[in-house]
Amino acid sequence: MSVIISVENLVKVYGNEFPAVKNLNLNINKGEIIALLGPNGAGKTTLISTICGLASITSGTIKVNNLDVIKDYRKTREIIGLVPQELALEPFEKVMNAVRFSRRLFGKKDDNVYLDKLLTKLQLFEKKNNIIKSLSGGMKRRVMIAKALSHNPQILFLDEPTAGVDVELRKDMWNIIKELKAEGVTIILTTHYIEEAEMIADRIGIINKGELLLVEEKNKLIKRMSVKTLKIKLKKTLTQIPKKLNKYNLKLIDEGNSFHYFYNTSKEKTGITSLLYDMNEIGINLFDIQTEETSLEEIFVKIIKD
Amino acid sequence: MNLRGIRAIYIYEMNRSFRTLIQSLVSPVLSTILYFIVFGAAIGSRMENISNVSYGEFIVPGLIMLTVQMQSVNNASFGIYFPKFIGTTYELLSAPLSFVEIVIGYVGAATTKAFSIGLIILATSYLFVNIEIMHPFFMIFFLLLTCITFSLLGFIIGIVSDNFEQLNIVPMLIITPLVFLGGSFYTIDMLPVFWQNFALLNPIVYLISGFRWAFFGIGDVPIITSVIFILLFTSSCVGVIWYIFKTGYRIKN
Ligand SMILES: Nc1ncnc2c1ncn2[C@@H]1O[C@H](COP(=O)(O)OP(=O)(O)OP(=O)(O)O)[C@@H](O)[C@H]1O
Ligand SMILES: [Mg+2]
Repeated sequence: MSVIISVENLVKVYGNEFPAVKNLNLNINKGEIIALLGPNGAGKTTLISTICGLASITSGTIKVNNLDVIKDYRKTREIIGLVPQELALEPFEKVMNAVRFSRRLFGKKDDNVYLDKLLTKLQLFEKKNNIIKSLSGGMKRRVMIAKALSHNPQILFLDEPTAGVDVELRKDMWNIIKELKAEGVTIILTTHYIEEAEMIADRIGIINKGELLLVEEKNKLIKRMSVKTLKIKLKKTLTQIPKKLNKYNLKLIDEGNSFHYFYNTSKEKTGITSLLYDMNEIGINLFDIQTEETSLEEIFVKIIKD
Repeated sequence: MNLRGIRAIYIYEMNRSFRTLIQSLVSPVLSTILYFIVFGAAIGSRMENISNVSYGEFIVPGLIMLTVQMQSVNNASFGIYFPKFIGTTYELLSAPLSFVEIVIGYVGAATTKAFSIGLIILATSYLFVNIEIMHPFFMIFFLLLTCITFSLLGFIIGIVSDNFEQLNIVPMLIITPLVFLGGSFYTIDMLPVFWQNFALLNPIVYLISGFRWAFFGIGDVPIITSVIFILLFTSSCVGVIWYIFKTGYRIKN
């Protein structure tokens, strides 16, 4: 896989404040979907802004297609499309004109056939002659995407594309993103919905306080971090965990009718056998057993906390 | 050069004024006609000729200057401030456009608008007076340079402003008084001596004087002073814009 964006030792300080991005290194591969997760103020938007030219770089280098984003800004920006976090549209402009304007800004010749196709794909074709003010919030968001795609970019940044969007539209977005990936577009998206990253991303990056805590393939990450939960339903209610079982870190739930045992599948021993043995020893009978996998969300919370 | 990008901004800006044709064209022309009626016809009929030029003719260059200066500043400042206000500057910054190209797009459109309005007002003035322009080419050159300079000034104001109040305050509190006191309706030597010296501190005086020279061959100050002055003014605006560009001041975070 070839690297399409490389960020090296990026530092971004706004004014004299605390750095919003600290010494960040990240390579993004051609054709992948990478999801950036992180709490509010983590520096996700700042990272995107420095790559796209909205924010100056304090120090470090960013290359797109091996070209410096400052020195060769024309060539790097030409292949990038950006959908910012906030809706920003000229209210009195017609949809088609707004999209055409974006294409022209990028120095591309008019191509109404392509733009019609794009609007159709984004279910905006019927609205192409409506003024933007008259569209619903979800449609406006799609106009933002159409503008970002108007110049056939190879890289698309989506800063929280599904914030405040209903379930239906969110699924639409996911489909659009998947289609773009199939066409070979590299996609970088930020999100607060872990489920979203889980659904569509190839790799996941976690940012907190301006630092990239990790980047990893989604499946590996889930596997590596996967703490499974064993739920043991008891025949008789317990008021507290017996002393003998203290070392298992059990958690009593369902008013003493069951407890949770957490174990890691990546470790050699899960400890399940000895737990069951010890339970048998002190005469606790089990009624039923169930296992659950941790979601990415729990992994995320864990990483941020550590 | 991203010519298509420049053209996109230019066309977009021109379309914006066509959408608001009344505001951008009819209102400046209407107010000029009112000036003509009040100053030219009503008051002017009681005024003596100034250097063999009737008062009605005398105010034409000043009125044109007054209008194009205000129009240039308003158009250019609003043109760049509005995208800042609604957040669409992200598009300009992420496009393969240089700062100079962005300036050309916005300032070019503001200049075109102001220049056209200037010509329309000139044409309108023929309804009231019959003027023979002594140096027509110089007149066009001077008008154009004024439009460019004040559009650059407007662009700077638009970039620096953080809210609508700031956007209006410079034109309202500085440019309007200077323009009105710049000699549109009188020559400097009609003022008391003390105020004459004071008036020479007003940059607009030199511009109106130069423009009037193009019409009638007379001015408050020698024409060369006016020319030097406008060139100085233009280059300082270009200098400030260059500084904004170099430092990324107020455009990039
Ligand atoms: N224009 C700016 N001027 C000053 N500080 C800024 C600016 N933009 C962002 N910051 C600061 O930089 C830090 C990172 O902000 P950023 O917007 O990158 O976070 P984020 O990860 O995108 O958060 P969110 O999930 O809320 O969008 C924050 O502390 C924020 O206050
Ligand atoms: Mg953000």
